[in-house]
Amino acid sequence: MTTTAPLIPTNRLGLTKQDYVGSKSTLCAGCGHDSITGQLINAAFEMNIEAYKVAKMSGIGCSSKTPTYFFNQAWGFNSVHGRMPSVATGAALANRELINIGISGDGDSMSIGIGQFMHTIRRNVPIIYIIEDNGVYGLTKGQFSATADLGSVLKHGSVNELPPIDPCTLALELGCGFVARSFSGDPKQLNTILKAAMVHNGTCIIDVISPCVTFNNHDSSTRSYKNVKDHDFPLEELGFVQFSELEQVDIPAGESKSVTFPDGSKVMFRALRNDYDPTDRFGAMKILHEGAEKGEFLTGLLYINTEKPNIHATTHISDTPLVHLTQAALKPGKDILAKCMAELM
Amino acid sequence: MSTALANESSVQDTKMLVNDFSIEIGTVNGSGSQTANSVLMRTIFQMGVPVSGKNLFPSNIAGLPTWFQIRANTKGYVARKAIVDLMICMNPETAKDDVLKLSPHAIVIYDEPLKLNTLRDDLIYYPVPFQKLVTASCPEPKLHKLVKNMIYVGVAGQMLGLDMNESKLAISKQLNGKQKAIEINQAAVDAGFAWAAENMPPQNRLRVVAENKTKGNIIIDGNAACALGAMFAGVQVVGWYPITPSSSLVESLIDYAEEYRRDENGKLTVAHVQMEDELASAGLVLGAGWAGARSMTATSGPGISLMSEFIGLGYFTETPGVFFNVARTGPSTGLPTRTMQGDIELCAKCSHGDTQHINLYPGNMAECFDFAYASFDLAERFQTPIFVVTDLDLGMQNWMSKPFDYPEGDFDRGKVLGEQELAEMKDWGRYKDVDGDGITYRTMPGTPGGKGAYFTRGSGHNAYAQYTEKPKDYTDLMDRLRAKYETAKSYVPKPIVDDTGSKRGVLAFGSSDSAVMEARDVLVDSFQKKTDYLRLRALPFTAEVDAFINESDVIYVVEQNRDAQMKALLREFYPEAAMKFKSVLHYDGLAIDAQTIIDQINAFEK
Repeated sequence: MTTTAPLIPTNRLGLTKQDYVGSKSTLCAGCGHDSITGQLINAAFEMNIEAYKVAKMSGIGCSSKTPTYFFNQAWGFNSVHGRMPSVATGAALANRELINIGISGDGDSMSIGIGQFMHTIRRNVPIIYIIEDNGVYGLTKGQFSATADLGSVLKHGSVNELPPIDPCTLALELGCGFVARSFSGDPKQLNTILKAAMVHNGTCIIDVISPCVTFNNHDSSTRSYKNVKDHDFPLEELGFVQFSELEQVDIPAGESKSVTFPDGSKVMFRALRNDYDPTDRFGAMKILHEGAEKGEFLTGLLYINTEKPNIHATTHISDTPLVHLTQAALKPGKDILAKCMAELM
Repeated sequence: MSTALANESSVQDTKMLVNDFSIEIGTVNGSGSQTANSVLMRTIFQMGVPVSGKNLFPSNIAGLPTWFQIRANTKGYVARKAIVDLMICMNPETAKDDVLKLSPHAIVIYDEPLKLNTLRDDLIYYPVPFQKLVTASCPEPKLHKLVKNMIYVGVAGQMLGLDMNESKLAISKQLNGKQKAIEINQAAVDAGFAWAAENMPPQNRLRVVAENKTKGNIIIDGNAACALGAMFAGVQVVGWYPITPSSSLVESLIDYAEEYRRDENGKLTVAHVQMEDELASAGLVLGAGWAGARSMTATSGPGISLMSEFIGLGYFTETPGVFFNVARTGPSTGLPTRTMQGDIELCAKCSHGDTQHINLYPGNMAECFDFAYASFDLAERFQTPIFVVTDLDLGMQNWMSKPFDYPEGDFDRGKVLGEQELAEMKDWGRYKDVDGDGITYRTMPGTPGGKGAYFTRGSGHNAYAQYTEKPKDYTDLMDRLRAKYETAKSYVPKPIVDDTGSKRGVLAFGSSDSAVMEARDVLVDSFQKKTDYLRLRALPFTAEVDAFINESDVIYVVEQNRDAQMKALLREFYPEAAMKFKSVLHYDGLAIDAQTIIDQINAFEK
């Protein structure tokens, strides 16, 4: 053991947190999205993620700009509006070892891209799918999005008269195996959820309420910092322990339930409301609907099921990433062509 | 039979057509006629006579009229022939029209109760009691509807002098060895043959005589040929959405891949996903291409329209992917089960802004295979979406072909940097043109070593893949993309040129080839007009096209659309030659025939 503590902490890969940052954010000062970026950096650092294996995928909008602000050593693909999921699906099939992190927004995912959002869940494409949800189209200067609450008022006074679409209840309905909601102003909870998502081998839908300081942070907005803080009700106390650290952590017996991921990592939870059990899908649906009626933002890990087969299983593809297969494995021989031809004679 | 040979005297004036005639069969969709028609076609093929088969089907599962055209031609002309020599009428709904459209002296085989012989007196009629024959030959009433069509195979076989041993082999092949089905169908063919031998007066108009011109050949459709090309090219990721006439391309590929593309554990080495729409298919293709896989989709015009935003992204971010367009008659839903070369301009410049794409135009089955294979090399060499443009006529119809040659050699994976190369480089920019050919070096996500990561974006980017709105960065990028397109000229398939020195040029592409070859022969034989022929096989236009245009006084551009789309492209790229181009157009949903080309060229030269 050395006698002096290192000045800058490093993780098991010997990397510092600085190794996980990206370029400087060009979003508005105080934007909730930047807090989410910060927690992604923290979680990846703590989880010893190898950045070169990460594929940072996004669509179009303020949220979709953020992949440049983290993981400089990861590849990124800023695609077209609402279609990030299909691009991520292609990447996931090409190289099953990639860690897909998809950054989307409520405009990107709940309007133009709702079809791809839904089908990605249905196929259980491995991806940490973060919706940076502010209820507003920021980049086009403040139009309502489809997650805006009924009666929500825009900065310039217009009132939303349409009901919102909730990404979490939609994801639950579609059988998503990892559904969470968090708040950009609750870094601890968000950090835990992100870490759990990093070991889940399927689609993780994480709806992060992220107030837009420029267009939607006034008193009559339901997505303002003040309103979300007043109505944020965590469903459980969450803890996460990575498999490699399991032995060093003392998990008190009987106090909390846990779910184990395929790699052995565990997420622990203790219900704060109504004996909430995130492994109970119907219970999750019920409490979410009830919370919405009362205008509450119920946050936490809403539902988890680590057993669902993902797209790699349902496409029956090689265990080797397809991109690592050589020509010898990909190009059938002369005899096969001769056989195909003979069948057509 | 009293009704046969209604017009014997004029029949005697017409010469016998040996191994050179066409048959059309009018049936009801879903009645099982496909098997009967294939057996008839294959029997002629197995007798050594060149043949083609075209299915004119409705957008319907069962009940609407459908026609099958078989052309036998000793010279190997396999384009559609407009004149029908033998009409087999099985569909009461269309029988009258089917008879009225015939040219004089045609032979009509029809279901007796239809009483078609009263319609005209310049045709040769053969009424056949189909129901009676099928009842006698097939013990199972519920199969009567399906087997009824096999009766005409026997009748036509007897009439045309077909070798019925060959038809027996064809049935066995068509029914894939299913013994009970083979027996039932064979009984119906035999019943038809026996009845015809006993009851039908012989005719001296049409005859098939065994030759030796098809031995060793295959019969295949273009979709299956493209599928094979893709499979041998090592395609790794396929995203698709069903649309006529392209669905069978991916379905064939899946069938072949299930058999021949498995790893040592029996798992697939190609992922195929039926996506939720064409947009998602295109997204999947680009995501996979970006991650380093060989990826593709197949669709038709409406699908290309939907994919066009993504195709622009692929062009601008320089992401590889192969897009098969099996074109059908547009615009909009159009005639979804009919053919058209209608997406030439769409695919040449697909998406908003300035875009130019590499397009391949296979003109026959071997080229469907070869170009499908080559498209994956081109996509990775040029890091861009590649279009392989066929049409319903090539894609879904039956074509005779020499067996395909095995594509020797290694895949061209293009300019890719791995961990080692990156470690040795001082300065790398994803979009930096170090070789001066417009093609830059790319890296794959997941490459270890801490170098080579970059951010792909559909917004403005500089040589280092950083966001930019600077005017010069943008023009540098757009000019380099154009330079890359120039480089492609030496990689794409060159045109096939037949120069007779006539200075009368014919330029065609894709499925028009067989009709053009036939028309050129007729123009020489009957009108003493020699033509030079350039069959275009790709965009961008290459040096051979420049030369052909320079050397010709006039160029007839043959294409199957209304708006002369290829001529528009030629005029854009060769403005100084704009007045040389004359259009020969065909756009009624049916495949182009030789007579159309002959008539239109003659009309220009009146």
